[in-house]
Amino acid sequence: MTRSFAEMSARERLAAVVDAGSFHEWLPPAARVMSPHLAQLGVPAAFDDGVAIGRATLAGRAVLVAAQEGEFMGGGVGEVHGAKLVGLLRRALRDRPDAVVLLAESGGVRLHEANAGLIAVSEVMRALLDARAAGIATIVLIGGANGCFGGMGIVARCADTVVMSDIARHAMSGPEVIESAHGAGEFDSRDRALVWRTTGGKHRWLSGDCDTLVEDDPQAFRDAAVAALDGHRPMTLAALQQESALLQRRADLDGDNADAFELWSRLGVPDARSVPDLDADAVRARRPAAMAPLATGAA
Amino acid sequence: MDWHTLAARLFGTTHQVVADGDFLCGTAAFDGATLAIVGTTNHAAVGVDLALRQARAILEVVAAHPGRPLLLLVDTQGQMLRRRDELLGIHRAMAHLGGCIDLARRQGHPVIGLVYDQALSGGFITSGLMADACHALPEAEIRVMRVPAMARVTKLPEELLESLSRSNPVFAPGVANYVAMGGVRSLWDGDLAAHLRAALADRDTTDRRAEEGAARGGRRVAADVVRQVLRA
Repeated sequence: MTRSFAEMSARERLAAVVDAGSFHEWLPPAARVMSPHLAQLGVPAAFDDGVAIGRATLAGRAVLVAAQEGEFMGGGVGEVHGAKLVGLLRRALRDRPDAVVLLAESGGVRLHEANAGLIAVSEVMRALLDARAAGIATIVLIGGANGCFGGMGIVARCADTVVMSDIARHAMSGPEVIESAHGAGEFDSRDRALVWRTTGGKHRWLSGDCDTLVEDDPQAFRDAAVAALDGHRPMTLAALQQESALLQRRADLDGDNADAFELWSRLGVPDARSVPDLDADAVRARRPAAMAPLATGAA
Repeated sequence: MDWHTLAARLFGTTHQVVADGDFLCGTAAFDGATLAIVGTTNHAAVGVDLALRQARAILEVVAAHPGRPLLLLVDTQGQMLRRRDELLGIHRAMAHLGGCIDLARRQGHPVIGLVYDQALSGGFITSGLMADACHALPEAEIRVMRVPAMARVTKLPEELLESLSRSNPVFAPGVANYVAMGGVRSLWDGDLAAHLRAALADRDTTDRRAEEGAARGGRRVAADVVRQVLRA
Protein backbone atom coordinates (compact mmCIF):
# COMPACT_ATOMS: atom_id res chain seq x y z
CA MET A 1 0.00 0.00 0.00
CA THR A 2 1.36 3.45 -0.86
CA ARG A 3 1.66 6.05 1.85
CA SER A 4 -0.49 9.15 2.03
CA PHE A 5 1.52 12.31 1.20
CA ALA A 6 -0.96 14.30 3.29
CA GLU A 7 -0.24 12.25 6.41
CA MET A 8 3.56 12.53 6.19
CA SER A 9 5.63 15.06 8.11
CA ALA A 10 7.47 17.81 6.25
CA ARG A 11 10.81 15.98 6.39
CA GLU A 12 9.24 12.67 5.38
CA ARG A 13 7.75 14.39 2.33
CA LEU A 14 11.08 15.97 1.45
CA ALA A 15 12.85 12.62 1.72
CA ALA A 16 10.25 11.00 -0.51
CA VAL A 17 10.27 13.69 -3.19
CA VAL A 18 14.01 14.32 -3.72
CA ASP A 19 16.62 11.69 -4.69
CA ALA A 20 17.11 9.21 -1.84
CA GLY A 21 19.54 10.52 0.78
CA SER A 22 20.32 13.71 -1.15
CA PHE A 23 18.72 16.25 1.20
CA HIS A 24 21.21 18.40 3.09
CA GLU A 25 19.50 20.68 5.56
CA TRP A 26 20.53 24.27 6.39
CA LEU A 27 19.75 25.71 9.82
CA PRO A 28 18.52 22.28 10.99
CA PRO A 29 16.71 21.78 14.31
CA ALA A 30 20.08 21.30 16.04
CA ALA A 31 20.95 24.91 15.15
CA ARG A 32 17.97 26.08 17.27
CA VAL A 33 17.08 29.05 15.06
CA MET A 34 13.74 29.76 16.69
CA SER A 35 10.98 32.31 16.87
CA PRO A 36 11.78 35.18 19.25
CA HIS A 37 8.08 35.98 19.68
CA LEU A 38 6.35 32.87 20.96
CA ALA A 39 7.80 32.60 24.49
CA GLN A 40 6.08 35.79 25.70
CA LEU A 41 2.76 34.25 24.57
CA GLY A 42 3.45 31.05 26.46
CA VAL A 43 3.35 29.15 23.18
CA PRO A 44 5.91 26.39 22.54
CA ALA A 45 8.44 27.20 19.82
CA ALA A 46 9.94 24.70 17.35
CA PHE A 47 13.67 24.18 16.83
CA ASP A 48 13.21 24.76 13.08
CA ASP A 49 10.31 27.26 13.32
CA GLY A 50 8.18 24.89 11.27
CA VAL A 51 10.12 24.76 8.03
CA ALA A 52 12.99 22.63 6.73
CA ILE A 53 15.23 24.12 4.03
CA GLY A 54 18.28 22.90 2.18
CA ARG A 55 19.75 21.51 -1.01
CA ALA A 56 19.13 18.20 -2.72
CA THR A 57 19.09 16.56 -6.09
CA LEU A 58 15.99 15.67 -8.06
CA ALA A 59 16.47 13.19 -10.89
CA GLY A 60 20.17 13.99 -10.51
CA ARG A 61 19.73 17.73 -10.91
CA ALA A 62 20.60 20.36 -8.33
CA VAL A 63 17.61 21.85 -6.55
CA LEU A 64 16.97 23.91 -3.43
CA VAL A 65 14.05 22.67 -1.38
CA ALA A 66 11.82 23.73 1.49
CA ALA A 67 9.01 21.97 3.31
CA GLN A 68 6.55 23.59 5.70
CA GLU A 69 5.39 21.54 8.68
CA GLY A 70 1.63 21.82 9.05
CA GLU A 71 1.73 20.23 12.50
CA PHE A 72 3.53 23.29 13.86
CA MET A 73 1.16 26.26 14.02
CA GLY A 74 -0.57 25.15 10.85
CA GLY A 75 2.51 25.99 8.81
CA GLY A 76 1.99 29.67 9.60
CA VAL A 77 4.72 32.03 8.46
CA GLY A 78 6.48 33.86 11.28
CA GLU A 79 9.57 36.04 11.21
CA VAL A 80 12.14 33.20 11.27
CA HIS A 81 10.11 30.79 9.13
CA GLY A 82 9.71 33.48 6.46
CA ALA A 83 13.37 34.53 6.66
CA LYS A 84 14.49 30.91 6.11
CA LEU A 85 12.43 30.82 2.92
CA VAL A 86 13.76 34.22 1.81
CA GLY A 87 17.34 33.08 2.49
CA LEU A 88 16.77 29.93 0.45
CA LEU A 89 15.35 31.89 -2.50
CA ARG A 90 18.19 34.45 -2.38
CA ARG A 91 20.63 31.58 -2.28
CA ALA A 92 18.95 30.22 -5.41
CA LEU A 93 19.61 33.56 -7.10
CA ARG A 94 23.28 33.26 -6.17
CA ASP A 95 23.89 29.51 -6.68
CA ARG A 96 21.63 28.99 -9.73
CA PRO A 97 20.16 25.54 -9.09
CA ASP A 98 17.86 24.09 -11.76
CA ALA A 99 14.85 24.65 -9.55
CA VAL A 100 13.46 25.62 -6.18
CA VAL A 101 10.88 23.14 -4.90
CA LEU A 102 8.58 24.25 -2.09
CA LEU A 103 6.41 21.69 -0.31
CA ALA A 104 3.81 24.14 0.92
CA GLU A 105 1.47 23.56 3.84
CA SER A 106 0.41 26.78 5.49
CA GLY A 107 -2.47 28.80 6.85
CA GLY A 108 -0.60 31.93 5.75
CA VAL A 109 0.59 34.64 8.12
CA ARG A 110 1.25 33.24 11.62
CA LEU A 111 -1.11 35.39 13.64
CA HIS A 112 1.01 34.94 16.78
CA GLU A 113 3.61 37.09 15.01
CA ALA A 114 1.06 39.29 13.27
CA ASN A 115 2.91 42.21 11.70
CA ALA A 116 6.24 40.39 11.39
CA GLY A 117 4.48 37.49 9.67
CA LEU A 118 2.74 39.75 7.17
CA ILE A 119 5.97 41.48 6.14
CA ALA A 120 7.73 38.09 6.01
CA VAL A 121 5.16 36.69 3.58
CA SER A 122 5.63 39.74 1.38
CA GLU A 123 9.40 39.22 1.43
CA VAL A 124 8.97 35.56 0.46
CA MET A 125 6.74 36.59 -2.44
CA ARG A 126 9.25 39.13 -3.73
CA ALA A 127 12.14 36.66 -3.35
CA LEU A 128 10.23 33.93 -5.20
CA LEU A 129 9.43 36.28 -8.07
CA ASP A 130 13.12 37.29 -8.18
CA ALA A 131 14.14 33.62 -8.53
CA ARG A 132 11.50 33.04 -11.19
CA ALA A 133 12.57 36.16 -13.11
CA ALA A 134 16.14 34.83 -13.05
CA GLY A 135 15.00 31.76 -14.99
CA ILE A 136 15.08 29.30 -12.10
CA ALA A 137 12.11 26.92 -12.25
CA THR A 138 9.91 27.48 -9.20
CA ILE A 139 7.76 24.50 -8.24
CA VAL A 140 5.18 24.33 -5.44
CA LEU A 141 3.72 21.03 -4.24
CA ILE A 142 0.48 21.31 -2.25
CA GLY A 143 -0.57 18.09 -0.57
CA GLY A 144 -0.70 18.65 3.17
CA ALA A 145 -3.83 18.21 5.25
CA ASN A 146 -3.87 21.93 6.14
CA GLY A 147 -3.82 23.05 2.51
CA CYS A 148 -2.22 26.30 1.40
CA PHE A 149 -4.02 29.50 2.38
CA GLY A 150 -3.74 33.21 2.95
CA GLY A 151 -0.53 34.91 1.97
CA MET A 152 1.10 31.57 1.23
CA GLY A 153 -1.79 30.78 -1.11
CA ILE A 154 -0.80 33.88 -3.07
CA VAL A 155 2.93 33.10 -2.90
CA ALA A 156 2.33 29.55 -4.15
CA ARG A 157 0.52 30.79 -7.25
CA CYS A 158 3.48 33.05 -8.06
CA ALA A 159 5.46 29.91 -8.94
CA ASP A 160 5.92 28.52 -12.44
CA THR A 161 4.24 25.25 -11.53
CA VAL A 162 1.69 24.31 -8.88
CA VAL A 163 1.11 20.60 -8.24
CA MET A 164 -1.87 19.55 -6.12
CA SER A 165 -3.36 16.30 -4.96
CA ASP A 166 -7.09 15.79 -5.23
CA ILE A 167 -7.43 15.99 -1.44
CA ALA A 168 -5.39 19.20 -1.13
CA ARG A 169 -6.88 22.68 -0.91
CA HIS A 170 -5.47 25.93 -2.29
CA ALA A 171 -7.30 29.16 -1.52
CA MET A 172 -7.19 32.50 0.26
CA SER A 173 -9.54 32.56 3.28
CA GLY A 174 -10.53 29.39 5.08
CA PRO A 175 -14.24 28.45 5.01
CA GLU A 176 -14.54 29.08 8.77
CA VAL A 177 -13.38 32.67 8.29
CA ILE A 178 -15.91 33.28 5.51
CA GLU A 179 -18.67 31.63 7.50
CA SER A 180 -17.92 33.77 10.56
CA ALA A 181 -18.04 36.91 8.38
CA HIS A 182 -21.17 36.17 6.38
CA GLY A 183 -22.85 33.10 7.85
CA ALA A 184 -23.24 29.46 6.87
CA GLY A 185 -25.57 30.49 4.06
CA GLU A 186 -22.57 32.11 2.37
CA PHE A 187 -20.15 29.22 2.93
CA ASP A 188 -20.99 26.27 5.17
CA SER A 189 -17.60 25.23 6.57
CA ARG A 190 -18.97 21.88 7.77
CA ASP A 191 -20.13 20.87 4.29
CA ARG A 192 -16.94 19.08 3.29
CA ALA A 193 -18.13 18.29 -0.22
CA LEU A 194 -18.90 21.98 -0.80
CA VAL A 195 -15.54 23.05 0.65
CA TRP A 196 -13.61 20.62 -1.57
CA ARG A 197 -15.43 21.42 -4.77
CA THR A 198 -14.82 25.13 -4.07
CA THR A 199 -11.12 25.00 -3.14
CA GLY A 200 -9.86 21.44 -3.70
CA GLY A 201 -7.39 20.04 -6.20
CA LYS A 202 -9.96 18.82 -8.70
CA HIS A 203 -11.59 22.23 -8.94
CA ARG A 204 -8.26 24.04 -9.23
CA TRP A 205 -7.27 21.66 -12.02
CA LEU A 206 -10.53 21.96 -13.96
CA SER A 207 -10.52 25.75 -13.72
CA GLY A 208 -6.85 26.10 -14.66
CA ASP A 209 -5.36 27.21 -11.32
CA CYS A 210 -3.14 24.19 -10.83
CA ASP A 211 -0.74 22.78 -13.38
CA THR A 212 -0.65 19.12 -12.37
CA LEU A 213 -3.25 17.08 -10.51
CA VAL A 214 -1.97 13.94 -8.78
CA GLU A 215 -3.18 11.31 -6.33
CA ASP A 216 -2.26 11.65 -2.65
CA ASP A 217 0.94 9.68 -3.23
CA PRO A 218 4.57 10.77 -2.63
CA GLN A 219 5.80 9.08 -5.81
CA ALA A 220 3.21 10.97 -7.86
CA PHE A 221 4.37 14.26 -6.33
CA ARG A 222 8.00 13.34 -7.09
CA ASP A 223 7.18 12.49 -10.70
CA ALA A 224 5.30 15.76 -11.10
CA ALA A 225 8.21 17.75 -9.61
CA VAL A 226 10.68 16.05 -11.97
CA ALA A 227 8.43 16.84 -14.92
CA ALA A 228 8.31 20.50 -13.85
CA LEU A 229 12.11 20.94 -13.72
CA ASP A 230 12.11 22.35 -17.25
CA GLY A 231 8.80 24.12 -16.83
CA HIS A 232 10.12 27.63 -16.36
CA ARG A 233 7.73 30.25 -17.74
CA PRO A 234 8.81 33.87 -17.95
CA MET A 235 6.26 36.39 -16.64
CA THR A 236 6.27 38.60 -19.71
CA LEU A 237 3.85 41.38 -20.56
CA ALA A 238 2.22 39.13 -23.16
CA ALA A 239 1.85 36.25 -20.69
CA LEU A 240 0.28 38.48 -18.05
CA GLN A 241 -2.07 40.06 -20.60
CA GLN A 242 -3.23 36.63 -21.62
CA GLU A 243 -3.66 35.55 -17.99
CA SER A 244 -5.62 38.74 -17.31
CA ALA A 245 -8.01 38.08 -20.18
CA LEU A 246 -8.54 34.45 -19.20
CA LEU A 247 -9.14 35.26 -15.52
CA GLN A 248 -11.64 37.94 -16.52
CA ARG A 249 -13.46 35.58 -18.89
CA ARG A 250 -13.64 32.97 -16.14
CA ALA A 251 -14.97 35.50 -13.61
CA ASP A 252 -17.59 36.67 -16.13
CA LEU A 253 -18.87 33.09 -16.35
CA ASP A 254 -19.88 33.33 -12.71
CA GLY A 255 -21.56 36.72 -12.45
CA ASP A 256 -24.48 35.12 -10.62
CA ASN A 257 -22.65 33.40 -7.74
CA ALA A 258 -23.06 29.89 -9.13
CA ASP A 259 -21.96 26.68 -7.40
CA ALA A 260 -18.87 24.78 -8.57
CA PHE A 261 -20.98 22.24 -10.47
CA GLU A 262 -22.61 24.99 -12.48
CA LEU A 263 -19.29 26.75 -13.10
CA TRP A 264 -17.70 23.51 -14.33
CA SER A 265 -20.58 22.99 -16.73
CA ARG A 266 -20.20 26.53 -18.04
CA LEU A 267 -16.46 25.95 -18.46
CA GLY A 268 -17.34 22.93 -20.60
CA VAL A 269 -16.57 20.09 -18.18
CA PRO A 270 -18.64 17.07 -19.26
CA ASP A 271 -20.98 15.52 -16.66
CA ALA A 272 -19.86 17.93 -13.94
CA ARG A 273 -21.94 16.22 -11.23
CA SER A 274 -19.79 13.09 -11.42
CA VAL A 275 -16.46 14.88 -10.81
CA PRO A 276 -16.30 14.35 -7.00
CA ASP A 277 -16.49 10.58 -7.53
CA LEU A 278 -13.69 10.40 -10.10
CA ASP A 279 -10.03 9.64 -9.45
CA ALA A 280 -7.30 12.09 -10.44
CA ASP A 281 -6.63 10.39 -13.79
CA ALA A 282 -10.25 10.68 -14.85
CA VAL A 283 -10.49 14.31 -13.72
CA ARG A 284 -7.29 15.21 -15.60
CA ALA A 285 -8.93 14.13 -18.83
CA ARG A 286 -11.91 16.40 -18.31
CA ARG A 287 -10.27 19.80 -18.18
CA PRO A 288 -11.73 22.02 -20.88
CA ALA A 289 -9.21 23.18 -23.47
CA ALA A 290 -10.19 26.79 -22.80
CA MET A 291 -8.79 26.61 -19.24
CA ALA A 292 -5.54 24.79 -20.08
CA PRO A 293 -3.67 27.96 -21.11
CA LEU A 294 -4.21 29.40 -17.62
CA ALA A 295 -2.29 26.51 -16.17
CA THR A 296 0.40 26.30 -18.81
CA GLY A 297 0.75 30.09 -18.87
CA ALA A 298 1.44 30.05 -22.60
CA ALA A 299 2.98 33.31 -23.70
CA MET B 1 -7.29 60.92 4.60
CA ASP B 2 -9.95 61.13 1.89
CA TRP B 3 -8.42 60.35 -1.51
CA HIS B 4 -9.66 63.66 -3.01
CA THR B 5 -7.79 65.58 -0.31
CA LEU B 6 -4.73 63.39 -0.81
CA ALA B 7 -4.72 63.90 -4.58
CA ALA B 8 -5.15 67.65 -4.16
CA ARG B 9 -2.25 67.82 -1.69
CA LEU B 10 -0.03 65.79 -4.01
CA PHE B 11 -1.02 67.21 -7.39
CA GLY B 12 -3.16 70.31 -6.91
CA THR B 13 -6.40 70.53 -8.85
CA THR B 14 -5.17 69.36 -12.24
CA HIS B 15 -5.02 65.60 -11.75
CA GLN B 16 -7.18 63.13 -13.68
CA VAL B 17 -7.68 60.54 -10.93
CA VAL B 18 -11.23 59.22 -10.72
CA ALA B 19 -13.03 56.71 -8.55
CA ASP B 20 -15.29 54.10 -10.05
CA GLY B 21 -16.85 52.35 -7.08
CA ASP B 22 -13.93 51.23 -4.92
CA PHE B 23 -11.43 51.46 -7.80
CA LEU B 24 -9.11 54.44 -8.22
CA CYS B 25 -7.33 55.10 -11.49
CA GLY B 26 -5.90 57.95 -13.49
CA THR B 27 -2.92 60.15 -14.18
CA ALA B 28 -1.41 63.31 -12.79
CA ALA B 29 1.29 65.72 -13.88
CA PHE B 30 4.15 65.78 -11.40
CA ASP B 31 7.39 67.72 -11.86
CA GLY B 32 6.82 67.86 -15.60
CA ALA B 33 6.26 64.13 -16.00
CA THR B 34 3.09 62.03 -16.05
CA LEU B 35 2.40 59.69 -13.15
CA ALA B 36 0.00 56.73 -13.28
CA ILE B 37 -2.17 56.21 -10.22
CA VAL B 38 -3.89 52.90 -9.41
CA GLY B 39 -5.54 51.98 -6.15
CA THR B 40 -8.61 51.44 -4.03
CA THR B 41 -10.85 53.50 -1.75
CA ASN B 42 -13.80 53.12 0.66
CA HIS B 43 -11.76 50.56 2.69
CA ALA B 44 -12.33 48.26 -0.28
CA ALA B 45 -12.65 44.53 0.20
CA VAL B 46 -10.41 43.27 -2.60
CA GLY B 47 -12.01 40.40 -4.44
CA VAL B 48 -11.38 38.83 -7.83
CA ASP B 49 -13.00 41.66 -9.76
CA LEU B 50 -11.16 44.51 -8.02
CA ALA B 51 -7.83 42.65 -8.19
CA LEU B 52 -8.26 42.11 -11.93
CA ARG B 53 -9.22 45.74 -12.52
CA GLN B 54 -6.08 46.98 -10.79
CA ALA B 55 -3.97 44.42 -12.67
CA ARG B 56 -5.42 45.48 -16.02
CA ALA B 57 -4.78 49.15 -15.29
CA ILE B 58 -1.14 48.39 -14.47
CA LEU B 59 -0.68 46.26 -17.60
CA GLU B 60 -2.10 49.11 -19.70
CA VAL B 61 0.50 51.48 -18.25
CA VAL B 62 3.32 48.99 -18.89
CA ALA B 63 2.12 48.37 -22.45
CA ALA B 64 1.45 51.98 -23.46
CA HIS B 65 3.81 54.09 -21.35
CA PRO B 66 7.19 52.43 -20.75
CA GLY B 67 8.92 53.76 -17.66
CA ARG B 68 5.98 55.85 -16.42
CA PRO B 69 6.08 56.00 -12.60
CA LEU B 70 3.27 54.23 -10.80
CA LEU B 71 1.74 55.35 -7.51
CA LEU B 72 -0.31 52.67 -5.75
CA LEU B 73 -2.87 54.15 -3.35
CA VAL B 74 -3.85 51.71 -0.63
CA ASP B 75 -7.11 51.71 1.31
CA THR B 76 -8.36 48.18 1.92
CA GLN B 77 -10.01 46.16 4.66
CA GLY B 78 -8.30 43.06 3.22
CA GLN B 79 -9.46 40.35 0.88
CA MET B 80 -13.12 39.81 0.00
CA LEU B 81 -14.56 37.09 2.24
CA ARG B 82 -17.00 35.45 -0.17
CA ARG B 83 -17.46 31.92 -1.46
CA ARG B 84 -17.63 33.13 -5.07
CA ASP B 85 -14.21 34.73 -4.82
CA GLU B 86 -12.70 31.55 -3.43
CA LEU B 87 -14.35 29.51 -6.19
CA LEU B 88 -12.95 31.87 -8.82
CA GLY B 89 -9.44 31.65 -7.38
CA ILE B 90 -9.01 34.91 -5.48
CA HIS B 91 -5.47 33.75 -4.58
CA ARG B 92 -4.78 33.49 -8.32
CA ALA B 93 -6.19 36.94 -9.05
CA MET B 94 -4.11 38.43 -6.24
CA ALA B 95 -0.96 36.62 -7.36
CA HIS B 96 -1.69 37.95 -10.85
CA LEU B 97 -1.96 41.51 -9.48
CA GLY B 98 1.30 41.08 -7.59
CA GLY B 99 2.89 39.70 -10.76
CA CYS B 100 1.76 42.72 -12.77
CA ILE B 101 3.30 45.13 -10.23
CA ASP B 102 6.45 43.01 -10.24
CA LEU B 103 6.58 43.20 -14.05
CA ALA B 104 6.26 46.99 -13.94
CA ARG B 105 9.17 47.18 -11.48
CA ARG B 106 11.34 44.88 -13.57
CA GLN B 107 10.62 46.90 -16.69
CA GLY B 108 11.93 50.02 -15.01
CA HIS B 109 8.76 51.73 -13.82
CA PRO B 110 9.36 53.37 -10.45
CA VAL B 111 6.58 51.93 -8.25
CA ILE B 112 5.65 53.68 -5.00
CA GLY B 113 3.06 52.38 -2.54
CA LEU B 114 1.20 54.76 -0.23
CA VAL B 115 -1.15 53.66 2.54
CA TYR B 116 -3.35 56.74 2.86
CA ASP B 117 -6.13 55.23 4.97
CA GLN B 118 -6.26 51.57 5.96
CA ALA B 119 -4.32 48.45 5.00
CA LEU B 120 -5.05 44.91 6.10
CA SER B 121 -3.40 41.63 5.21
CA GLY B 122 -4.48 40.18 1.86
CA GLY B 123 -5.30 43.38 0.02
CA PHE B 124 -1.99 44.91 1.13
CA ILE B 125 0.39 42.04 0.25
CA THR B 126 -0.38 42.34 -3.46
CA SER B 127 -0.47 46.14 -3.66
CA GLY B 128 1.62 48.49 -1.52
CA LEU B 129 3.91 45.74 -0.26
CA MET B 130 4.83 44.83 -3.87
CA ALA B 131 6.09 48.35 -4.64
CA ASP B 132 9.78 49.34 -4.71
CA ALA B 133 8.99 50.84 -1.34
CA CYS B 134 5.79 51.42 0.60
CA HIS B 135 5.12 54.60 2.54
CA ALA B 136 2.20 55.69 4.71
CA LEU B 137 0.45 58.73 6.10
CA PRO B 138 0.89 59.04 9.88
CA GLU B 139 -2.86 58.71 10.49
CA ALA B 140 -3.16 55.56 8.37
CA GLU B 141 -3.80 52.21 9.97
CA ILE B 142 -2.01 48.97 9.08
CA ARG B 143 -2.60 45.61 10.67
CA VAL B 144 -3.16 41.94 10.09
CA MET B 145 -6.29 41.46 12.15
CA ARG B 146 -8.16 43.10 15.01
CA VAL B 147 -7.14 41.92 18.49
CA PRO B 148 -10.44 40.17 19.37
CA ALA B 149 -10.36 38.17 16.13
CA MET B 150 -6.68 37.40 16.67
CA ALA B 151 -7.49 36.16 20.18
CA ARG B 152 -10.21 33.91 18.78
CA VAL B 153 -8.02 32.37 16.08
CA THR B 154 -4.90 31.94 18.20
CA LYS B 155 -6.89 30.93 21.32
CA LEU B 156 -4.76 33.35 23.34
CA PRO B 157 -6.24 35.60 26.04
CA GLU B 158 -7.39 38.90 24.59
CA GLU B 159 -5.92 40.78 27.59
CA LEU B 160 -2.46 39.34 26.87
CA LEU B 161 -2.62 40.40 23.22
CA GLU B 162 -3.97 43.82 24.22
CA SER B 163 -1.12 44.43 26.63
CA LEU B 164 1.50 43.16 24.15
CA SER B 165 0.03 45.34 21.44
CA ARG B 166 0.74 48.40 23.57
CA SER B 167 4.45 47.64 23.90
CA ASN B 168 5.51 45.31 21.10
CA PRO B 169 5.66 46.44 17.45
CA VAL B 170 5.05 42.88 16.29
CA PHE B 171 1.51 42.90 17.70
CA ALA B 172 0.58 46.53 17.70
CA PRO B 173 -1.36 47.99 14.82
CA GLY B 174 -0.19 51.34 13.60
CA VAL B 175 2.07 52.66 10.92
CA ALA B 176 4.95 53.59 13.24
CA ASN B 177 5.41 49.92 14.09
CA TYR B 178 5.50 48.99 10.42
CA VAL B 179 8.20 51.61 9.92
CA ALA B 180 10.16 50.14 12.84
CA MET B 181 9.87 46.67 11.28
CA GLY B 182 10.94 47.86 7.83
CA GLY B 183 7.63 47.07 6.16
CA VAL B 184 6.98 50.76 5.57
CA ARG B 185 9.94 52.88 4.55
CA SER B 186 8.73 56.27 5.76
CA LEU B 187 5.79 58.31 7.01
CA TRP B 188 4.68 61.24 4.89
CA ASP B 189 3.52 64.31 6.74
CA GLY B 190 3.60 68.01 5.95
CA ASP B 191 4.64 68.54 2.33
CA LEU B 192 3.35 65.34 0.71
CA ALA B 193 4.61 66.29 -2.75
CA ALA B 194 8.15 66.61 -1.37
CA HIS B 195 7.89 63.10 0.08
CA LEU B 196 6.67 61.73 -3.25
CA ARG B 197 9.53 63.49 -5.04
CA ALA B 198 12.06 61.92 -2.66
CA ALA B 199 10.47 58.47 -3.01
CA LEU B 200 10.61 58.65 -6.80
CA ALA B 201 14.27 59.71 -6.65
CA ASP B 202 15.23 56.62 -4.63
CA ARG B 203 15.99 54.10 -7.39
CA ASP B 204 17.38 51.32 -5.21
CA THR B 205 14.76 48.68 -5.98
CA THR B 206 16.21 45.81 -3.93
CA ASP B 207 14.11 44.49 -1.07
CA ARG B 208 15.87 45.92 2.00
CA ARG B 209 12.97 45.64 4.42
CA ALA B 210 14.61 43.05 6.65
CA GLU B 211 17.79 45.14 6.97
CA GLU B 212 15.76 48.25 7.74
CA GLY B 213 13.72 46.33 10.31
CA ALA B 214 16.94 45.25 12.02
CA ALA B 215 18.52 48.71 11.86
CA ARG B 216 15.37 50.30 13.32
CA GLY B 217 15.07 47.65 16.02
CA GLY B 218 11.54 46.55 15.19
CA ARG B 219 12.37 43.20 13.58
CA ARG B 220 15.60 41.93 14.98
CA VAL B 221 16.18 38.46 13.59
CA ALA B 222 14.91 38.23 9.99
CA ALA B 223 17.92 39.83 8.30
CA ASP B 224 20.33 37.73 10.36
CA VAL B 225 18.49 34.48 9.52
CA VAL B 226 18.68 35.33 5.80
CA ARG B 227 22.44 35.88 6.18
CA GLN B 228 22.81 32.59 8.05
CA VAL B 229 21.14 30.71 5.22
CA LEU B 230 23.41 32.37 2.67
CA ARG B 231 26.47 31.36 4.72
CA ALA B 232 25.35 27.81 5.59
